[in-house]
Amino acid sequence: MDTSEDILQQASPGLIPGAGTARAAKVTRLSPSFISWLQAGPMMLVFLAFFLIPLVFVVIVSFWDYNEYQLLPAFSGRGYTDTFEGCIAQLPDLCTIAKTYLKTLKLCFLVWVITLFIGFWVAYFLAFHVKSKTWQMGLSLLCTIPFWTSNVIRMIAWIPLLGRNGLVNSGLVKSGLINHPLEWLLFSEFSVVLALVHLFTFFMVVPIFNSMVRIDKSLIEAAYDAGATGFQTLVNVIIPLAKPGIVIGSIFVITIVMGDFITIGVMGGQQIAAAGKIIETRVNALQFPAAAANAVILLIITFLIITMMSRIVDIKKEL
Amino acid sequence: MKEGRPRSFYVLAIFFAAYVLFLYGPMIAIYVLSFQGPQGGLTFPMNGVSTFWIAKLFQGTGIVDLGAAFRRSLLLGLIVMVVTVVLSVAAGMAFRRKFKAQSILFYSAIASLIVPSIITSLGISLEFRIIDDLIKAHWNENFETSMGLLTSGLGAHLTWTLPFGLLIMFAIFNRFDPRLEEAARDLGATPWQAFRHVVLPIILPSVIGIGLFGFTLSWDELARSSQAIGAVNTLPLDLQGLTTTVTNPDIYALGTVISAVSFTVIALALGTIHVLNKRQAAKGSDAGKGLV
Repeated sequence: MDTSEDILQQASPGLIPGAGTARAAKVTRLSPSFISWLQAGPMMLVFLAFFLIPLVFVVIVSFWDYNEYQLLPAFSGRGYTDTFEGCIAQLPDLCTIAKTYLKTLKLCFLVWVITLFIGFWVAYFLAFHVKSKTWQMGLSLLCTIPFWTSNVIRMIAWIPLLGRNGLVNSGLVKSGLINHPLEWLLFSEFSVVLALVHLFTFFMVVPIFNSMVRIDKSLIEAAYDAGATGFQTLVNVIIPLAKPGIVIGSIFVITIVMGDFITIGVMGGQQIAAAGKIIETRVNALQFPAAAANAVILLIITFLIITMMSRIVDIKKEL
Repeated sequence: MKEGRPRSFYVLAIFFAAYVLFLYGPMIAIYVLSFQGPQGGLTFPMNGVSTFWIAKLFQGTGIVDLGAAFRRSLLLGLIVMVVTVVLSVAAGMAFRRKFKAQSILFYSAIASLIVPSIITSLGISLEFRIIDDLIKAHWNENFETSMGLLTSGLGAHLTWTLPFGLLIMFAIFNRFDPRLEEAARDLGATPWQAFRHVVLPIILPSVIGIGLFGFTLSWDELARSSQAIGAVNTLPLDLQGLTTTVTNPDIYALGTVISAVSFTVIALALGTIHVLNKRQAAKGSDAGKGLV
C-alpha cells in the first residue's frame, strides 16, 4: 500500500503534461453518469433490498396487530402499548422498559469511558511513540487480527479465566486473598462490561489513530517550544485535533453496545435485560409488532445519540 | 544528536503490551484448553494433553452437525467475499467522480454500519415473511419460505461487509494519483484497459484486504444472521447455542477449529499482500530514475 504510493510519486512527474488532453481525445458511447450508475448501482441495490426496505418494514410492522402465533396486518398501537405497559400506572416506580433502558445506558456509559481511555492511549502510543512505519504497521495489525476472529469465541474465552474454578479465582484463593471464589466475576454485569471492552476497543483505536497520524508533528514541537508542558500539549493540541476520531470511535462503541444482545446474553448468563435483548425475546415469542416497536424505539434513541455527537464533528469530512 | 526515549514511552509501551495481552490472553487460553485430555474439564489445570475433543468434533458424535454447518458457513463466507470485493471496487470507482446519488449511497453505507444489527436482522426477517405471505396468498399455497442462507442470509451479511469494503476503497483512492491512469488513456488504453492494467494492479493489495474483511466478517457473523438466516444455522450460531448448555471442552475445540480457519485466511491474505507489495517495490518503480 505504501509502496504503490511511492511508485506513483516516482512515476508521475513525467506524466503530467499529457493529463489534460486525455478527455478531449476520448470517444465514449456511454455517458459518465450512466457509468457511475452501473458502478454504484449494485451496491445501492443491496442496501435498498436488505437495509432500507427492511427498516421501512420495521416501522410499518411496529403499527400492526398480532396474536399468539401470527402477524395481523391491521393498524394497531399494541406493539407500543405493550412495551410501555405500566409506565404511567406504576409511577413513581419505573416500568420494565424504562429500567431496561437505564441499565443499557449505564452499560453503554461504562464501556464508552473504558474503551475511550484504553483506545486513546493505545492510539497515542502507536501514533506518536512508534517511529518506524514498519513497526507501526505491525503493531496496528496485532490490534486488528482479533477483530477478524469470532466474537463468540472471544467471549467464551473468558469462561476458563473467570469461572468459579477459573484461573483468577483459584489464584486468589491460593494466595489467601479470599476464602471463597468470587461469584460476580462471570455471568454478571462485570463480565459483560469486560467482554464488551475486550471486543470493541478496536472500534475506538482505529479512528483515533487515524486522526492522530494526521496531526502535523511540527504543531506539537511548536507547543513545546512555546513552553507548554506535556500535559498542556495533550489537552490543548492533541485532544482537540484528535476529536473527530474520538467522536467517530464513540459513535461506533455506543451504537454497538446500545443494540447488543449477544455479548450481554452470553456473558450475562442470559439474565441481564438490555435494549437489544428485548427485541430478541419478543421475536422468539413471535410477537413481531412488539419486537418492531422496540426496534423503532432503539433506533430513535440511537439516532438521537448520533445526532448529538455528530454536531461536534462533520463525519463525512473525516473519512 | 540522539535523544533517549522519554519516560512516557516506557509507561505507554507497558500499557500497550498489557492491552495486547488482554486481547490475546483469553483466546490463547481456550486454544490450549481445547487440547484437554479426555477427562479434562472446562478450566485449568490441564488434565493431560490430547486431541480427543477435536477428534470428537470431526466424528460428528458431538453436539452439532459440525460438517454441515462448516460447509454452509464456508460457502456463504466465500460468496460474501467475492460479492463484497466486486461491489466495493465498482462503487469505489464510481465515487471518484461526482454522481447524483453519491451522498445517498454514502449515508446508506454508514447507516448500515451503525444501525444496531438486531434491527437490520429483524427488518430482513419481516421483509421475507411478508414476501412469503404474499406468495402464499397470490401464487402458491404450498410455498414454504424464501428465507435462506443465500437469500436473506447473504443479504444480511452484505449489509455488514459492504460498508467496510466501501470505506477501504475511499482510503485507497484518497491516496491514488489519477495521473497514472490518465497517462494510460493518453497512450490509447480504453477505460477498461486502464482499469485492468493500471488501476487494478496498483490497488490489488488493498482489494485483497477487502476480501479479507468480507470473508472473516461473514465467517464470524452472528447478530445479523440471528433472525435472518432461515431454518439452518451457520457455525457461529451453533457455537452461540452451545454456550448455554455446554459442560465439557467440545465448545473450546469448536472455537479452536473456527479460529483456525480465520487465522488461515488472515495469513493467506496478509502473505499475498506482502508478496504483492514486494513485487510492486521491486518491479514497478524504474520510472523517474532517468534514461538508461
